Amino acid sequence: MIELKFHISGGDFDTAGTASSETKKILKQLNIDSKVIKRTVVALYEGEVNIAAHAWKGEVAVTVKDHQIVALLKDEGPGIADINMAMLEGFSTASPKVREMGFGAGMGLPNMKKNADLLEVESTPGVGTTVRMSFDF
Amino acid sequence: MKVSELVKELNLVVFSGEEGLNREIRGGYVSDLLSDVMGNATEGEIWITLQTHRNVVAIASLKELACVLLVSSLKPEQGTIDHSNSEGIPVLGTTCSTFEIAGLLYQKIKG
Ligand SMILES: Nc1ncnc2c1ncn2[C@@H]1O[C@H](COP(=O)(O)OP(=O)(O)OP(=O)(O)O)[C@@H](O)[C@H]1O
Ligand SMILES: [Mg+2]
Repeated sequence: MIELKFHISGGDFDTAGTASSETKKILKQLNIDSKVIKRTVVALYEGEVNIAAHAWKGEVAVTVKDHQIVALLKDEGPGIADINMAMLEGFSTASPKVREMGFGAGMGLPNMKKNADLLEVESTPGVGTTVRMSFDF
Repeated sequence: MKVSELVKELNLVVFSGEEGLNREIRGGYVSDLLSDVMGNATEGEIWITLQTHRNVVAIASLKELACVLLVSSLKPEQGTIDHSNSEGIPVLGTTCSTFEIAGLLYQKIKG
């Protein structure tokens, strides 16, 4: 079993993307099926960027087991008031600055849902959000 | 078609990532919305955009796109150049608008 850990700071779009790119390297070294790697890095990237775009700070833990990759993204932040609404394609509360960078299409969570075998989102408004995803291979 | 061939034929600027000039272009994707590219672009495509920050290269690398093409004389930020060089994903430029370059590219790649 391999565990990778990353820290993400709110507003830091320069380091957002590190967790997915480091994870990609490791998964490649482990010779995991390239389709699974693709799904994992797309979903993980979206999760990372959501912490940078919407939360204050967060931790990402990626665990590679025998036949499954598990990603746990835990942040401190404003949380999500209505998770069903947040899951809808096109829903976004991204700031104008974040939108200018091309984020804020409201497609991140739908991308995560499409690419993960399992996606669980738990959130407490004013406290933070926890996202758990798994990818089977 | 190789990225280097396209650079010659369409007179594109190579800002960075020269190491990736022999990458093969298998199609194209036009979008300025990052999650759209993340969700819908396919490996080997050339990505036409007006976004110039380093996440563009991060996405291109994660998705294994052939290269990034900035339109309308836009220039990449320094962080974008650095990341492009370390990932070996070329960042190119053109004076053409998105509409013009997409038309030209379509003819070259699909025509
Ligand atoms: N970690 C988080 N903390 C707080 N709010 C979040 C978090 N993740 C998502 N959200 C909320 O859910 C909405 C939808 O998220 P989603 O990732 O689908 O789109 P987006 O981040 O706004 O845009 P895109 O991902 O397309 O760049 C966000 O705009 C935000 O309101
Ligand atoms: Mg998002």
